[in-house]
Amino acid sequence: MTDMKTPIAKVRGLGSAKDGTHHWLSQRVTAIANIPLILFVVVSFVGNAGKGHAEWVAWLKQPVVSVLMILFVANLVYHMRLGLQVVIEDYVHDHGTKFASMILITFACVLIGALSIFSILRIAFGG
Amino acid sequence: MAQAKRPLSPHLQVYRWGWHMAASIINRATGVALAVGTILLAWWFVAMATGHEYFATVQGYAGSMIGRLVLFGLTFCLMQHLAGGIRHLFMDTGRMYDLKINTSSARFTFIFSVLATLGTWFAAYKVMGVL
Repeated sequence: MTDMKTPIAKVRGLGSAKDGTHHWLSQRVTAIANIPLILFVVVSFVGNAGKGHAEWVAWLKQPVVSVLMILFVANLVYHMRLGLQVVIEDYVHDHGTKFASMILITFACVLIGALSIFSILRIAFGG
Repeated sequence: MAQAKRPLSPHLQVYRWGWHMAASIINRATGVALAVGTILLAWWFVAMATGHEYFATVQGYAGSMIGRLVLFGLTFCLMQHLAGGIRHLFMDTGRMYDLKINTSSARFTFIFSVLATLGTWFAAYKVMGVL
């Protein structure tokens, strides 16, 4: 108990005390949301297997399908960002590499989401 | 910052493989594989938005032998991650920590993912009229 460190010095660098459970909860909530969304996607992909461009476009253009696919992609990349973050935290111990990896996966997830959602919107609103 | 070599907690290589630990590490591995798979998903969406011709090219890649192998693998990863994820959601509520149910539920995720993968592909080939 004869610790000369101040309380602030002890907790510095250990992370925020305010939102420790936020990441954990978000991962679970996106996981739950993913269950019905992925079932919809799998059933749709199987149902459209072997179809040509026109049929796929006609399928994706349906408002309900467009919205569900956008929700699917958004939820997916968020879940993926959270999951990859934990993997990096567990295996990458060098501060610089960890920081760079975090930025890289964040950019990658946002890019994958943006490309997919933009494409879906373009098909949905396209002639 | 130079750090003293502190002992680390034991990792994969020190444990005897069992269904429960296999389910745990495979849930993570399949998650990472699926993350790579989302690049393909984005590519496919972009191809569809680009137009008829490019979409046919990408569908051609997907339908090739290697393409089908990759997609089959991703289907398995998806089903395994789905089953493993649902199992973890149950465990998050404090259930299934008893060793017996923990192991049997882990084994069940593998049975599910194998059957679901085969079922999905069977259904897809049925739809295509190949089978």
